[in-house]
Amino acid sequence: MSIVNYATREITCKIVYYGAGRSGKTTNLQYIYAQVPTERKGNMVSLATQTDRTLFFDFLPLDLGNISGFTTRLQLYTVPGQVYYHATRKLVLQGADGVVFVADSQARQFDENIESLQDLHVNLAEHGMDARTVPLVLQYNKRDLPAEMLAEVAELQDALNFRGVPDFQADALHGPGVFETLRGISEIVLKRLSATQDKS
Amino acid sequence: MGASRFRFDTYIVGAANRLAVAAARAVAEGPGTVYNPLFIYGASGLGKTHLVAAVGTHARQLNPELTVEYVSFDDFVEQFHAAVSAGEMEAFRRRWTAIDVLILDDVQFLTGRRELQSELLRLFNTLQGTGKQVVLTSDRPPQEIADVDERLVSRLAGGLIVDIGAPDYETRLAILRAACAERNVQVPGDLMETLARLDLSNVRELQGALNRVVAEQQLAGRNVAPQDVWELVGSKGEKPVTRDSGAESSEYASFLSDIASAVAASVDPWKSRVAEAIAYWRGEGFRSGVLERAMQLPTQPDVQGLLDTFASAVDHLRQLERQASAADPLLAGHEVFRDPERVADAEALLDRALDGDTPPPAPDPALVRANFEVAGSNQLAVRAADAVVAEPGARYSPLVVHGPTGTGKTHLLHAIGNALLASGARRVACVNAVTFAEELVAAVQDGTMARWRARYRAVDALLLDDVHALAGKERTQEEFFNLFNELHGQGRQIVLASSVAPKDLGGLEERLRSRFEGGLVVSVQPPERVLREALYVRWFAQHDAPADPELVRYLGERPADSAREVASTARRLHDAAEQTGVALSVGFAMETLEPQRRTSLAPPRPSGGVDAFLFNGEKVVWDWPDVAGRLIEELR
Repeated sequence: MSIVNYATREITCKIVYYGAGRSGKTTNLQYIYAQVPTERKGNMVSLATQTDRTLFFDFLPLDLGNISGFTTRLQLYTVPGQVYYHATRKLVLQGADGVVFVADSQARQFDENIESLQDLHVNLAEHGMDARTVPLVLQYNKRDLPAEMLAEVAELQDALNFRGVPDFQADALHGPGVFETLRGISEIVLKRLSATQDKS
Repeated sequence: MGASRFRFDTYIVGAANRLAVAAARAVAEGPGTVYNPLFIYGASGLGKTHLVAAVGTHARQLNPELTVEYVSFDDFVEQFHAAVSAGEMEAFRRRWTAIDVLILDDVQFLTGRRELQSELLRLFNTLQGTGKQVVLTSDRPPQEIADVDERLVSRLAGGLIVDIGAPDYETRLAILRAACAERNVQVPGDLMETLARLDLSNVRELQGALNRVVAEQQLAGRNVAPQDVWELVGSKGEKPVTRDSGAESSEYASFLSDIASAVAASVDPWKSRVAEAIAYWRGEGFRSGVLERAMQLPTQPDVQGLLDTFASAVDHLRQLERQASAADPLLAGHEVFRDPERVADAEALLDRALDGDTPPPAPDPALVRANFEVAGSNQLAVRAADAVVAEPGARYSPLVVHGPTGTGKTHLLHAIGNALLASGARRVACVNAVTFAEELVAAVQDGTMARWRARYRAVDALLLDDVHALAGKERTQEEFFNLFNELHGQGRQIVLASSVAPKDLGGLEERLRSRFEGGLVVSVQPPERVLREALYVRWFAQHDAPADPELVRYLGERPADSAREVASTARRLHDAAEQTGVALSVGFAMETLEPQRRTSLAPPRPSGGVDAFLFNGEKVVWDWPDVAGRLIEELR
């Protein structure tokens, strides 16, 4: 679905933030949204439940303006992390060009992360996407929490990043790591676009 | 202390410390004269020590005679205690009062030390009294140093008190750059920016972060990326960057610039070029399928070659279109001329157009002026014809030649046409009005009127024979009228031949008749004797037969209404002589012609023009092959 469209000179990428409930996917988007200069701000669409958990998904269109003569847009989505929104997750994942897997660094969330990553693989497979080739980066979020609550990065890497994809530590609430993550996934997606769009 | 390292030129000046630096510089350049004492305060690690050390260095550079003493308060206290315990206070006082510039760092530790305070007060009084400079630093202003003698406080505050604030982002970046330059280490710009964005208001911590990164790079051999900085520094418990507006935009801008380079790397320049070409040619109305497919190629093709080929194909198409539309205006803008992939189709279309554009009937090359015998009966017409050839379109247009059939009008018309062609005319239409009308009907049937019109409008000269045949054909007359005006307006030559004079033409629109009359109307008469003799001579010469003058005279005496009749008589004689093997003579001619004339079933040769016409098999059409077409013409 993403295209470097030379005719209309547009680049559009869909990036989905995936992860367990409360891992900070929406927070990532909110931080990004806060950084966007006012004149470039569109609307961030957030469909939340009454308890402020993402019900369906968040959608943040990011118009990066004219880059190398191309109107470049990133479409950032989050999936609802809660287990029971499986169908929505699958739907949002459809046509994704890249996935950011947001892991909660808290030691007690360790298993939820693994479960969610497995869920991601299942959903990708159901969309006929090969989890090994889909652009993916990992984000170990909430690194700002006290060290005693956190799982070691090495532990998280062992459990989640068995493919050795780029991973980032982040504190989505305050910002560190958020743009690095977005930058990481964007670059992979763009690289892949140029390599594969000809075949599509 | 490393005096050489703490200099003004290694001190990064920013908004937060500009006043302090200016004051320090003034003090260094004129110790004891401007701000005395100079009291600089600010949080730890903001460069107070560097600044006051720079004062000492600079003052000594300017005046090497000066005694400059830089001492931290701890050292001073130590020396004081040592002097007290050794009972050498006098020596201590002498030593310190001899100093020209006293720089005392971190005086906030005065708190509660009464003895020391009174000793300092005495020292400052002595120094200031003798015009010596005192420079002090503290982490807080004098009034906030707790438990200090009021007199000392007022003394400390008596000169200039300036503060040093936390450096802003730019200053931090500059500090980092200066530090790198000083240490001769290479740190990538984006990495440096990330470091500068860290919320490290303390320059010492900033340098510590830089040290950490440099150590990681140089000692651990690891390439530190900007995103690693926080990990490196953050593990030491530093606060993450706060969201002030400056950081906001720069973070986004930095992201944007990175994405820009990623996009630039993903976007193939050649594809952009091809895409531009596609947009351009589409704008020009051409199809760009070839280029669009080229865009899908996995590897870069020969873009220049591709674009050149495309451009030349477009040029070729444009040329084809010009040619085709000249042949048929309806073909202008035909879609086949818009698709470089269909050059072959376009060429085929042009061929068809040109086939359709068989030039209008040309004059018969056999009927040339040289073979045309001139005599009184046709002299005027021939002279007019010669004038027309000399100046086509200029003098006599239209030239209308009328006269009985067989008097050489057609020959003259073709002769004019051939002469025009010989003198450079490109297209000369020499057509019989009957053919002209038939073509028109066919064009109406085929819906190729535009092509038919274009075909005739492109001629340099129009020679229309048997104009009387236009009678009653309204549509043909209308088309001819338009064509006439068009050609006449462009100064093309028009020559018309008619069996009757224009004024006697029946069934012809008045507007045409008047136009015919407007040119030169000349008549040709049936051949007189001289002409008949000349025609016989020419005929026999052409057929390699003996031209006996007596025979010619005899034949010339015989009446003939037309050159054609002369020719047929000559042929009959010639054929009869060949069959019987008798040589041509007057006697043979009389035998052949007179008895034949008496015994022939054919009615006697009438002399009237109309009757002669009726007996002329070539002129009278008994069989009407395309009567249907004519009916259509009538209906229209």
